[in-house]
Amino acid sequence: MTIHIDVTVNGTRHSVAADPRKTLADFLRDDLGLTGTHLGCEHGVCGACTVLLDGGSARSCLTLIGQANGSEVMTIEGLSNGEALHPLQEAMRDSHGFQCGFCTPGFMMTAVELLRSNPKPTEAEVREAISGNICRCTGYQSIIEGILLAAERG
Amino acid sequence: MKPPAFQYVAPSTLDEALAIRAEHGFDSALLAGGQSLIPLLNLRIAFPAVVIDLGRVKELTGIHSADGGLAIGAMTRQCEAERSDLVRERAPLVVQALHHIGHGAIRNRGTIGGSLAHADPAAELPAVALALAAELVVRSTRGERTIPADDFFRSYLTTALEPDELLVEVRLPAVNGGSSFQEVARRHGDFALVGAAAVVALDGRAIRDVRLVLMGVGPKPVRAAGAEAMLRNVQPSEAAFAEAAQAAVAGLEPTSDIHATADYRRRVAGVLARRALVEAAS
Repeated sequence: MTIHIDVTVNGTRHSVAADPRKTLADFLRDDLGLTGTHLGCEHGVCGACTVLLDGGSARSCLTLIGQANGSEVMTIEGLSNGEALHPLQEAMRDSHGFQCGFCTPGFMMTAVELLRSNPKPTEAEVREAISGNICRCTGYQSIIEGILLAAERG
Repeated sequence: MKPPAFQYVAPSTLDEALAIRAEHGFDSALLAGGQSLIPLLNLRIAFPAVVIDLGRVKELTGIHSADGGLAIGAMTRQCEAERSDLVRERAPLVVQALHHIGHGAIRNRGTIGGSLAHADPAAELPAVALALAAELVVRSTRGERTIPADDFFRSYLTTALEPDELLVEVRLPAVNGGSSFQEVARRHGDFALVGAAAVVALDGRAIRDVRLVLMGVGPKPVRAAGAEAMLRNVQPSEAAFAEAAQAAVAGLEPTSDIHATADYRRRVAGVLARRALVEAAS
């Protein structure tokens, strides 16, 4: 079967027919070509596929496309304004917050949500907020520094 | 790691949802926030013919006061309950426990009713429901019934819900007394190895009422009725709580797995039970 879906992704509205077993992650990657959203574990543990769903962070691998019907989705591709990086992206680059980069999109979307609701988080609050995102390169320290730097720069 | 094929329906009213549930029963799965069901679909542990997405049923959401206590709609997101002043005031144990569920992104999607109906024995909310003497309101096309939490959780991922029923609301009676929630997990946000929830009501210098619940120690959350009986009408003291906590875990037979041995779980459960009782009474 297919179901009809209306979903807005990074400001662009899509009206499509989809197989209901398709996850939001696969829809973004395979149908829209937005491969910035990464799939790690595909069962909600690693956080790499985190996107903003109606403004709140969500695992796109744990979201069926039907659940996103009528919603607004923001992915890592929606952060920068053309060539101009988002201030969080700038701060993460300046802090060497990326190594292999696989986990990065999930961390970025999680941090965007954090800084929107809490523009001046403490280090403990940053650690709590990103506790659901796994990084196997950095040891987290440079990621935390990047988020705190973005907060400091406002 | 992709879900099997299924028929997907997203009813917008409770009556519609109940009619679909009545038609498909065992062959259907109810999709609340999806934070447990979708991993089961992705891993192909669950393969329902029909997935009923309750995300559009507005009647199932919301938090309101009821009889001095609380009523929480089954589809209320965990993050909403976590931020609710009413929940914080009337049932602080719920907020304490919610902090231990997964991570922010999980609680943004996960629901109160979904966690209760899923009934993972290591999950926080089933233990909280038992500790708060919650009542679970379930409905089908045949009508509505109210199930005390003590009778709701039957075994591993198994509740008293019939295949045509769905959980619509959880009612939490007013609590007079302190509460505490304790758990130990290998990593922040993981399912607990073991945990304990306690509610202690004092009357002057004696314990008037107490409820103690352990999780992760068997196929369902366990009420420590023997320990509760030992503490009623007794003066609260570290020694009394320690003795009751030991009694609470004495007969337990938790499982051993890669994360912890049965003996470790039993010992930690005893420590957490004592801490929960002490904190709830303070």
